[in-house]
Amino acid sequence: MAADARAVVAHHFDSPDQQREAASLGMWVFLVTEVMFFGGLFLAYVVYRGSFPHAFAAASRELDIVLGTTNTALLLASSLTMALAVRAAQLGRRLPLVVFLALTMALGSVFLGIKMYEYHHKFVEGLFPGAAFRFSGPEAPHAEMFFCLYFAMTGLHALHMVIGLGVLAVMLVLGARGRFGPLYHNPVECAGLYWHFVDIVWIFLFPLLYLVGRHA
Amino acid sequence: MKTHPHTGPVVPVGVYVAVFAALLILTAMTTAAAFHDLGPMNNVVALGIAALKATLVVLFFMHVRYGTRLIPLVVAAGLFWLVILIALSLTDYLTRGWLGVPGR
Repeated sequence: MAADARAVVAHHFDSPDQQREAASLGMWVFLVTEVMFFGGLFLAYVVYRGSFPHAFAAASRELDIVLGTTNTALLLASSLTMALAVRAAQLGRRLPLVVFLALTMALGSVFLGIKMYEYHHKFVEGLFPGAAFRFSGPEAPHAEMFFCLYFAMTGLHALHMVIGLGVLAVMLVLGARGRFGPLYHNPVECAGLYWHFVDIVWIFLFPLLYLVGRHA
Repeated sequence: MKTHPHTGPVVPVGVYVAVFAALLILTAMTTAAAFHDLGPMNNVVALGIAALKATLVVLFFMHVRYGTRLIPLVVAAGLFWLVILIALSLTDYLTRGWLGVPGR
């Protein structure tokens, strides 16, 4: 192994390639547990929507589709900048890495800002489940179930994004210090995998929550 | 651009941009389709497009297309477990009304 490789490869790995593949594999195994974690909520959604399709459609129409679609586009754009950040790390380009990480964090923050605005509106309109829940349509208790799932699923998703922003902030600092290069960029790659996973969760949340009852 | 032999696959920027463009087009398509009453096909279209988008992200942004065989295996195993979770649970919930059980 060359001297520059020896400096970044942990002693229990043979090569930078093996180290990188082990890191990605470990991250993927973690992401599979995350799939199961969110999977329980998606299952709950499927069961309750199957039981109360009309209430779910009516409740879904209360969500703002313009904000939902905007947030989808923002998150997809943040995935693009994240992928470009990983690429910059692979090539050892420090400035593009920092810029793309900062862009990813900015897009993620705007997403969370819009989400907060939406939450605020739902609170004001009395659509947060609980004693103050007010729903004008029929089947109010079943619509409340939709909003339980809405807040649980988007809330858990938002929590993942907050954690992702923290991870990216660490990557940004390390990247600015020049810690990543062609032989060692596994942390950025794994942070990217996490960020893209959170994007995928939203790719499914968006049609299931925002688009259910639009045609009625 | 000459890359280091141990960098791992470096994907061209154009591929990422093309994938992003496809994701945006699919988002527009699923949103537009939601406003048309297609009956049960609404769900099929919405989930089909979401699955397609997720596949694009997994294959290109998450580099599954470029890595070793082990990673796709782990991804497939994860999805298989998710299918078990949902399918076996639904064999209960979907069939509860099928038989008239005394006392129910």
